[in-house]
Amino acid sequence: MADEVVLLGFLPSPFAARLKIALAEKGVEYEYKEEDLRSKSPLLVQMNPVHKKVPVLIHNGKPICESLIALQYIDEVWNDKAPLLPSDPGLRAQARFWADFIDKKEMIWAAKEEEHEVAKEFFDCIGVLEGQLGDKAFFGGETLGFVDVAVIPFYSWLSVFEKYGNCSVEAKHPKFTAWTKRCMEKESVSKSLPDQRRVYDFKVGGILTKLPIDQDL
Amino acid sequence: MGGVKLVATTQSFFCTRVQWALKLKGVEYEFIEEDLRNKSPILLKYNPVYKKVPVLVHHDTPIAESLVILEYIDETWKENPLLPQDPCDRAAARFWAKFADEKVVFGVWTACTMEGEGKEKAIEAALESLAHLEKQIEGKKFFGGEQIGYLDLVLGWIPHWLNTMEEVGGMKLLEAEKFPCLIEWGQNFIHTPLIKECIPPREKLIEYLTASLSYLRSLAAKKP
Repeated sequence: MADEVVLLGFLPSPFAARLKIALAEKGVEYEYKEEDLRSKSPLLVQMNPVHKKVPVLIHNGKPICESLIALQYIDEVWNDKAPLLPSDPGLRAQARFWADFIDKKEMIWAAKEEEHEVAKEFFDCIGVLEGQLGDKAFFGGETLGFVDVAVIPFYSWLSVFEKYGNCSVEAKHPKFTAWTKRCMEKESVSKSLPDQRRVYDFKVGGILTKLPIDQDL
Repeated sequence: MGGVKLVATTQSFFCTRVQWALKLKGVEYEFIEEDLRNKSPILLKYNPVYKKVPVLVHHDTPIAESLVILEYIDETWKENPLLPQDPCDRAAARFWAKFADEKVVFGVWTACTMEGEGKEKAIEAALESLAHLEKQIEGKKFFGGEQIGYLDLVLGWIPHWLNTMEEVGGMKLLEAEKFPCLIEWGQNFIHTPLIKECIPPREKLIEYLTASLSYLRSLAAKKP
């Protein structure tokens, strides 16, 4: 039986982008459906009744919600190619810890008065992650791993955070910047991420402020 | 496979869930009690990012965050698997664990700490989140099926800690008519010998929660 894979997403969402990258890395064909978060589809509400958020991965009719959980699912099901998590339990734990670290920050939905704070938090986060990267090409070592896939989608949001923080990422974090360039050389990444310009116009242009505050992008 | 230490407190259910996992797997470990009002150099060394318990230290490698620790334990010691085999079931278990830690724990604690007008609303939100769990356990002995599994350990605070929070916070959440399945599951879970032996004495827990509550309320009172 052929696999039927559907991804419910939202273009600016770094969380949906994670799944796009993973599916591309694994060579999995899927149907992408763009959600209008101001008017959620019956499919989204049916597949994620608890949170009604994107992304949702639907595999042969069964929904998997929460991006890091769906990333692990993708890694476990399509395990013949491009492993995201390493095989050693200790290294797996480290990967899960750092992916969870960035998610605890909840930085995307800054209200106007919080922007500067959020930018500071984001850049502090980047600083910590740079320490973890060390001299490796990727968090996953020689190839993209779980943490790379979890973090690189925020590349699309860099112009937004630079505006909030009134600073330059490249100047503050050259190591991180070099890592983003290495990631963007991969087709699975460059084809999955929206333009920084597009996200900037979207967020700074104020369209997102019209959406309900509890959105997970 | 020796050299297992757990930096933890007896009162925190985030720590107890790790103890349960280790006991279910028959893993011997050294329990290092932490005083969170006066954090030890050990804790700061092993969890510099959050400075929180629990931290599992295996062969001098630290692992922090209880859900990450549970998965590490499951992958390192293969007997009595905690997570199901099927990837879809594993994703579901992880989903509900995240939901429980983010919504249910937060909801119940908020209902506990709130006073006045906000309390009713907080209680309503907590009940809504608990209702999801009632649906999940319907028709099953444990969330893991016939045996205790990952999700049972993650929700294991409900039978002992939740009713203590109800007492300390002056509210009733787990009513028999609304949550018959969750209550029955709770009883089955908490009376399992391995589980029972790790729970903190009720009086100590009440003392600890009462102190935490007054501290939080005093902070709230100081806010403009």
